[in-house]
Amino acid sequence: MSAVPGQTVGPFFHLGLEYPGMNELVVPGHPRAVRLHGHVYDGDGAPVPDAVLEIWQADPQGHIPRQPGSLRRDGWTFTGWGRAATEPDGHYQFTTLEPGATEPGKAPFFAVTVFARGLMDRLFTRAYLPGDDGALAADALLSAVGPDRRGTLIATREPDGLVFDVRLQGDGETVFLTYPRVRDAWA
Amino acid sequence: MELSQADINTEIEAAAQRPGGPQPKLDYPPYRSSILRHPKQPAQLIDPEAVELWAPAFGHRDVADDEADLTIQHAGIPIGERIVVSGRVLDGDGRPAANQLVEVWQANAAGRYRHQRDQHPAPHDPNFTGVGRMLTGPDGSYRFQTIKPGPYPWRNHVNAWRPAHIHFSIFGSEFTQRVVTQMYFPGDPLFSLDPIYQSITDPKARDLLIAQYDHDLTTPEWSTGYRWDIVLTGTHRTPLESDVPVSDVEEDA
Ligand SMILES: [Fe+2]
Repeated sequence: MSAVPGQTVGPFFHLGLEYPGMNELVVPGHPRAVRLHGHVYDGDGAPVPDAVLEIWQADPQGHIPRQPGSLRRDGWTFTGWGRAATEPDGHYQFTTLEPGATEPGKAPFFAVTVFARGLMDRLFTRAYLPGDDGALAADALLSAVGPDRRGTLIATREPDGLVFDVRLQGDGETVFLTYPRVRDAWA
Repeated sequence: MELSQADINTEIEAAAQRPGGPQPKLDYPPYRSSILRHPKQPAQLIDPEAVELWAPAFGHRDVADDEADLTIQHAGIPIGERIVVSGRVLDGDGRPAANQLVEVWQANAAGRYRHQRDQHPAPHDPNFTGVGRMLTGPDGSYRFQTIKPGPYPWRNHVNAWRPAHIHFSIFGSEFTQRVVTQMYFPGDPLFSLDPIYQSITDPKARDLLIAQYDHDLTTPEWSTGYRWDIVLTGTHRTPLESDVPVSDVEEDA
């Protein structure tokens, strides 16, 4: 069976995709809240003001959430999923918890999906937590990617949170992913 | 230099000489906005792991039943041709994608979005927002009632018009199945002129985005009906017992 082709989210996605609290996986006052944020840039290095990012992640214990409620958050349930649109300056941000290792020794990451006007189909990538050099060195994806591009997949820890920029094209282009059974998307 | 539709048609024809696969070309110059927004490096192939083998769960606390009716969100009845759109969401192996979130958004009957950046001088409809949400049923089915959207102009080139469409956002049971796309209506005269639709260079794949008129979905003296089935990419996780094969599910008439 042929998978449905993707199409761009277009310029008016805010209408259909935005909702209150979409980028707050936990309330900002949560004692373990962390800010995951960054900019989306195009091939000229210009900010992309009409992109939307989604993150999907394990909880701090490494459990994969199975609870509904991402669209109407109750303030207590960690659903592991959120969505953020970029602002006019290309900046996006999430308030969330740091994902834990899903197995001992595994490098934790946020699974990230990127959509934008001008981007015909969604892009997949990962934002790894920095810090555990042993786990990062042992990671299958990071090992498969050349050392010159590996850094595009790892968030940096700054005083104002975890920073993960997305470069759609050109210098420092983010490594985007495809999976077996999704390959046809890249013909 | 301002590009004409004839210039864009030439580019569309040139791109069609280099057929791609069943998915849209990300590098598709006739769609001007794609030029600086497509990756130039090939995507890295990797086996999905951990969260990538799962997807967020959505439930009835997320979506109210009346969100599937775009015609009852205001005091009055929206202007336009009332339609029902229904179909099934299946995974790449033909299993129903049950309990998945479907989000839709669209222009009104005049081709105007309720969005501040839409400057098309066509009327807003005070009785139409153009946003709906629903969960798929156990058999992967979805259904919503709306108004048929109008075509609208955009600034890709001089006299550029989009075929009428409804934007769809769909989740599957795995992160890797996530898709956002657009559903079109049969026989639209703008198909051959539209670089977004034509970015899918395989005609059979393009056809997958066109709903079919379905008289069985048409309600006497009320609304016409369109059927659009959606197939997601294949899964990687071992199927659960609750993932019932399509052949075991009673066909919904
Ligand atoms: Fe649109």
